[in-house]
Amino acid sequence: MTDEMDMEEGGVVKKFMFVNRKAPYGTIYALESLEVVLISAAFEQDVSLAFVDDGVYQLMKNVNTDGIEMKSFSKTYRALEGYDIEKLYVEKESMEARGLTEDDLIVDVQVISQSEMGDLMNEQDVVLSF
Amino acid sequence: MLHIVNKSPSDRNSVDTCLGHVKPGSAVLFIEDAVYAATKGTVAEAKVKAVMPGVAVYVLEPDLNARGMQGRVLDGVKLVDYGGFVDLVTEHSTCQSWL
Amino acid sequence: MPMVEVAGKSFEVDEEGYLTNLADWDENIAKYLAQEEKVEMGDDHWEIINFLREYYNEYQIAPAIRVLTKAVAKKLGPDKGNNKYLYELFPYGPAKQACKIAGLPKPTGCI
Repeated sequence: MTDEMDMEEGGVVKKFMFVNRKAPYGTIYALESLEVVLISAAFEQDVSLAFVDDGVYQLMKNVNTDGIEMKSFSKTYRALEGYDIEKLYVEKESMEARGLTEDDLIVDVQVISQSEMGDLMNEQDVVLSF
Repeated sequence: MLHIVNKSPSDRNSVDTCLGHVKPGSAVLFIEDAVYAATKGTVAEAKVKAVMPGVAVYVLEPDLNARGMQGRVLDGVKLVDYGGFVDLVTEHSTCQSWL
Repeated sequence: MPMVEVAGKSFEVDEEGYLTNLADWDENIAKYLAQEEKVEMGDDHWEIINFLREYYNEYQIAPAIRVLTKAVAKKLGPDKGNNKYLYELFPYGPAKQACKIAGLPKPTGCI
């Protein structure tokens, strides 16, 4: 656990991964995850976001929530870069199973296989599931 | 790393997705409704068996018994009680609870 | 929720004084909110307020201070994108105070 840690500006930097597996709007998981991610940015940790299963739907372009009286948070994924959160991983198999391609997503991501995603999870100090 | 799942494999894909990501040397613990994944004749059986050579699979016995599924556990799956659950968490540096 | 009346228009604020409905915002309301915060609005203040509103429109969140500083530096230059400049304009915290005047919710990622 400790061998991956670096000392930076006097603090310990850990590898955090937020795993998103739920579609947005139907449940609160996606929004909760995004808010925790934004708050975690203040602690300057090594943060990765994983989008797996229905979680890939969180990144859809063309979201319009006007008709459901909920605030859209889809544009907020674009703000992540400004929060220095630049490691966004989308699972290839999950995207394909839903007929989606990278062009359907609102932000630039790295598309990786399920096996690669498993390796990434294994490298983390902390994994948080949403 | 320790993967914990608590959803039935015939209701949600959490077990399936977890087993797709788990790496040799890691452990999987089935609790609550996920105990069904540790039993014979389910949709998850083939996939559980497929990971077992390299991955230690555990099931929480109180949850198994509560569902009347004792005696149906797949060969090679280890039973743990609450103390064993705590031991698993402390033995692994990271832990992921699949929702 | 408390209601406040400004220039004949009434609007709702939360218990901390943040505007409840972003769409209610106008210059008069901004001036009122600034007065409540004891901030005297000059061109430099308005520049940051307008910047924040644009940021919100683009990303649907109020930025954390660190993110605001960086974004201001990028758009308006390093002379303005620094803590000293922003704290001089909004002494009780640029993110919180300026967001309030801009009619935005409390910043996300603000601890």
